[in-house]
Amino acid sequence: MSREKILAAVKFNQPAANPLPDMEVLNTLTDVRTDLVSKYKTIATAGGSFVYEVSGFDEIKTIINNEFKPGVKIISALNELSDYIYAENVKHEDGHNFADVELTVLSTKLGVAENGALWLTEKDMGSRVLPFIAQHLAVVIGKDDFVPTMAQAYKVIVDADYGYGSFISGPSKTADIEQSLVIGAHGPRSLSVFILS
Amino acid sequence: MSTATTKDHPHLAAEFNRDEPRVNWHDETLWWVRAKRDIAAHKLPEWELLRETASQIKFNVLSNLSTYLEQFEANAIKNGIIVHWAADAAEHNQIVHNLLEQRGITKMVKSKSMLTEECHLNEYLKEQGIDVIDSDLGERIVQLANEPPSHIVLPCIHKKKEEIGDIFHEHLGSAKGESDPKILTETARQHLREVFLTRRAALTGVNFAVAETGEFVICTNEGNADMGAHLAEIHIASMGIEKIIPERKHLGVFLRLLTRSATGQPITTYSSHFSKPQDGTEIHIVIVDNGRSIQLGREEFRNSLKCIRCGACMNTCPVYRKSGGHSYHTAVAGPIGSILAPNLDMKKYADLPFASTLCGSCSNVCPVKIDIHDQLYKWRQVIVKEGYSPKAKTMAMKAMALTLASPTLYRMGGKTGRLVFKYAPFAVNNKLNPWYNQREMPKAPDESFGEWYAKRKGAKN
Repeated sequence: MSREKILAAVKFNQPAANPLPDMEVLNTLTDVRTDLVSKYKTIATAGGSFVYEVSGFDEIKTIINNEFKPGVKIISALNELSDYIYAENVKHEDGHNFADVELTVLSTKLGVAENGALWLTEKDMGSRVLPFIAQHLAVVIGKDDFVPTMAQAYKVIVDADYGYGSFISGPSKTADIEQSLVIGAHGPRSLSVFILS
Repeated sequence: MSTATTKDHPHLAAEFNRDEPRVNWHDETLWWVRAKRDIAAHKLPEWELLRETASQIKFNVLSNLSTYLEQFEANAIKNGIIVHWAADAAEHNQIVHNLLEQRGITKMVKSKSMLTEECHLNEYLKEQGIDVIDSDLGERIVQLANEPPSHIVLPCIHKKKEEIGDIFHEHLGSAKGESDPKILTETARQHLREVFLTRRAALTGVNFAVAETGEFVICTNEGNADMGAHLAEIHIASMGIEKIIPERKHLGVFLRLLTRSATGQPITTYSSHFSKPQDGTEIHIVIVDNGRSIQLGREEFRNSLKCIRCGACMNTCPVYRKSGGHSYHTAVAGPIGSILAPNLDMKKYADLPFASTLCGSCSNVCPVKIDIHDQLYKWRQVIVKEGYSPKAKTMAMKAMALTLASPTLYRMGGKTGRLVFKYAPFAVNNKLNPWYNQREMPKAPDESFGEWYAKRKGAKN
């Protein structure tokens, strides 16, 4: 059995035990909680996201209605945005059925100021493929839901139970052709972030 | 594709160097990526502490690897993931093929995995009649060009957009002469979307595997790993044994370092955590050794297993930038590849530890503080001792040692050299002298320091 062979070889060859480093210094050093929304906004915008500070769901609806033609397929995981197909109702559908989705709207309770990332789990998504297969993605987050860095982000989700989760920090992109940045590789061509005050 | 080659690094680098403007462009492009890395790193006052912490976590991993591997396996199984073990590349490839064959699958989509390049999985599956399509844009381009990737993060960094335009025109039907990166990327998007929607199997690599939770993390900017995995019935994830990290919270260190070091972005667009399979689908993990446990036993080289595959050492390396990734004739090119490859085959890769100036820039940018240039130096000693160094170099070194050990020979050699430079420059200024390639020979002084000193002393007395 290769399993036993590999484990025996590893055990025989690995060096003497070496302790894990203390992580608290890094956590404390980076835990600066001022202006998180404006820091997030700057970084996310630089990464190609569109960030809107909004006062309520009506404002979000207005922006979506301005940006998207009537009749396009929009799936929303938010109760408050009920004009669209509700993700909960289609979550058992085959992922391939979402190939024509124009916009997916999700919500999260965790955003990271240092890199523009938003934490989304399978539960927030309805179906895992929804934030990837849609032509555009929008995420709603509260203004108090930001942490400074990934160190604090993992403190929030350290014991979380999820089947799948992803930090998403912008639209899908590539720079594989001569290092020129192109937005819209395989996933969404845009990421809009609505920060609720 | 990545066929075994008998040519060594100097020969392959010389071929790359025939096109001087392209070398300059390659050099500048990679240096630009290195500069972006610097800007990102300097923005974090805690950068050095972050590197040190990452290095220590990885050292802890290496020292407890067998326990962590078992812990990871147990937790992954608890999560509903099926775990396989492969001692070498052949076993890995067979496991993947069996999984596909059992389900009658003949087409697979694959996201970036340097491990599968190392195992030559694509060639193997092709021989078994399985069609594999690489979904990372850069990898798709080199796949269509029938070449291996030349860089672990930027697979087609050696290609000009006009060449990519020609490849897309031939294979994907883009307009002839079209070379706009936006239009070419859109062409690939349409082509690969169709692939994602029709493949029942997806294979991905693994960036980090968490022992504590049994989950694994995949980082991409394009979203191709997620598109493939979420639309397939079976997701196969291939990982080397060294991808383990102890706890979920440690991702908070590595995800902060990885992309800043690689491209200067603060994080990739997607950092996806796979813990359990979706309803009605399967996740299989193949844990691969392929020489890693041997490297773990080499005290001086085991630190190379800390590598998180960011590519920073390549972008900064003056030799890599000017010789191109293909000149390393191995899956992982550049400085890190040159300390990993001799472990797999010391004879075949005996040239690689010499493909370095030992300037140390690689070690300075490495996010997990691998002593890369020290290891390159140490490999040279091992390779010479084991008798794998190039013959000409061995002879030259022996002649040099003999000359330096004898004052008479040394003086004679110096005098002869100066006479040759002065009266017969053609004897050294020719193609037979490798030093003369792309260099002017220096002007020889009239006398040696020894001679000058003796004369001066005589005059004073």
